[in-house]
Amino acid sequence: MYRYDEFDRDFVADRVAQFRGQVERRISGELTEDQFKPLRLMNGVYLQMHAYMLRIAVPYGTLNPSQMRMLAFVGRKYDRGYGHFTTRQNLQFHWPALKDVPEILGHLASVEMHSIQTSGNCIRNVTADHFAGAAADEVADPRPHAEILRQWSSLHPEFIFLPRKFKIAVTGAERDRAAIQIHDIGLHLKRDAEGRLGFAVYVGGGLGRTPLIAHRINDFLPEADLLSYCEAILRVYNQFGRRDNKFKARIKILVHEAGADEIRRQVDEEWERIRHSALALPVDEIRRIEAYFALPASLSPRPARSVVLDRAVAANPALADWLERNTARHRISGHAMVTVSLKPIGGTPGDVTSDQMDLLADLSERYSHGEIRVSHEQNLILPHVALDDLPALHEALAAASLATPNAGLVTDIIACPGLDYCSLANARSIPVAQRISERFGSQARQKEIGDLKIKISGCINACGHHHVGHIGILGVEKKGEEFYQLTLGGSGDEHASLGEIIGPGFSGADVVDAVETVVDTYLKVRSGPEEDFLAAYRRLGKEPFKEALYGAA
Amino acid sequence: MYKPAKGTAQKAVIANRLDDGRTVFLDEAGNWTPDLAEARFVVPGPELDAANARAEAELKARIIVDPYPIDIVEVDGRPVPARIRERIRAEGPTVTYGEAEYEKLRAG
Repeated sequence: MYRYDEFDRDFVADRVAQFRGQVERRISGELTEDQFKPLRLMNGVYLQMHAYMLRIAVPYGTLNPSQMRMLAFVGRKYDRGYGHFTTRQNLQFHWPALKDVPEILGHLASVEMHSIQTSGNCIRNVTADHFAGAAADEVADPRPHAEILRQWSSLHPEFIFLPRKFKIAVTGAERDRAAIQIHDIGLHLKRDAEGRLGFAVYVGGGLGRTPLIAHRINDFLPEADLLSYCEAILRVYNQFGRRDNKFKARIKILVHEAGADEIRRQVDEEWERIRHSALALPVDEIRRIEAYFALPASLSPRPARSVVLDRAVAANPALADWLERNTARHRISGHAMVTVSLKPIGGTPGDVTSDQMDLLADLSERYSHGEIRVSHEQNLILPHVALDDLPALHEALAAASLATPNAGLVTDIIACPGLDYCSLANARSIPVAQRISERFGSQARQKEIGDLKIKISGCINACGHHHVGHIGILGVEKKGEEFYQLTLGGSGDEHASLGEIIGPGFSGADVVDAVETVVDTYLKVRSGPEEDFLAAYRRLGKEPFKEALYGAA
Repeated sequence: MYKPAKGTAQKAVIANRLDDGRTVFLDEAGNWTPDLAEARFVVPGPELDAANARAEAELKARIIVDPYPIDIVEVDGRPVPARIRERIRAEGPTVTYGEAEYEKLRAG
């Protein structure tokens, strides 16, 4: 993976020192809260329901074992022994003391991590396909380009005070696992007919109170033009994005109001002015960055079938379930990508204890060539595991409650922290996720239901991506009580769609029953087990589900 | 000290401590306590005005941040915030977390 050079190290160290001074001045009273708040937010520090929260960037979701161990250490020493992985591939600590944050950031800097631009109206952590660099279906690893974007966007002086926050996601496969069409900029790395690399560029996607799917404004942007084109997009947004209304300030509103054709015209006009500037990427530089992301030299092809694995599977049905759901085909023969589920039945989605983090660091070294990924679906990935090693890895994960065989199933739920932690939330998310998980916890029942993505947000800001859940759940407050609105038919993949509101909301007591009614209806109306929930919904529309939930009109 | 009020809505002042961010309540002595039962309960009027003034002074003295008054209701003879948001702030997350959750799931 990418290693900091001298510039990166100095830049992060300077920022830690600067924030240490700012915290000291806040505590001594030189800075008021109004003066300090934007400074702490630029360093990922929020003030939430019970304590401060520190959000740590995991660029393009890639971690090495030293970084994972440092997160474990910070969780143990400065927090309450756990962390929470988010839908932006970041990690949040929910209990750090403000006075300790500079020290925490110093520790993180020692393993090339930071919290810069994890908040505020700037370009946030660039996210990527969690299988990047390993997936069999990938055209090219998008992380080198994500790293180039990270370097370009870090403290970019022109884009530190944008109208609103700005999120970029990249994928290098046709199958979109990075949800690029619900980002401000989505980049799909592909090859043209001559085999040259470039990007399909999507702009203006986003969730929140006004969910919109992005528009493709460029079918093939040569990779050398990546930065100049993104800079042109940001310039158009920075100039014309609305600063008069926070709720209309994202680029999606600008694209929606001006129209994709007009935005394309404006971007092209700006791009023509700057595309041959210093922003043009030299091919040598791209290839230099790519070298950081090369597959480990020791990762060599092996036989496509593993006798060790076949024997173990025959003796262990739990291993068979886990293989079926939590492993995916690797680009190198004889290997697999492993999804480590952070969704134990009845657990908090995305939470992991410090002890589990330490174990995962050890296991990544032993079985995955020292690589770990964070998925936007709040799971972890060990991307390079030999088939022969899968039984031993499964056993080690199972001993630490990390081998729940539910990737992509009904209990693999995305949930934001909700009102249990977040000061923006109107309703709790985690308890709803836990109750749904318990309701559908039987492995046989989950397998019968098949692929089904439930996503829960505790407020309209939609950190839990409810708009693109096959079943989305939005928590609202109504007369002092928590209510939950269901949306059906959303998807964040290459066929992105926004879920439709199915009808009046449900109380906290009733929402799990409502979800079960939706699922049971699907099982009744599907054409067969091969038709998954989303396909059935797209074929039939909402009427059968509405009728089951509310009765015939 | 909490005394059930007859027909009058009671209030308390909630805030976060500056240095560690913990949720706290203004108490009778003008200090801050994490325990709602030890909070100063006031009624709208001069009592609430005085509590708000004390909170404002403590904000300026950089002891706390983001103070505001909340409604209190009585449940089983105990003072409880009227809104769920402040109930959760007073009592902590409604779910177990960290090692406690890990052990609970393993036991279950």
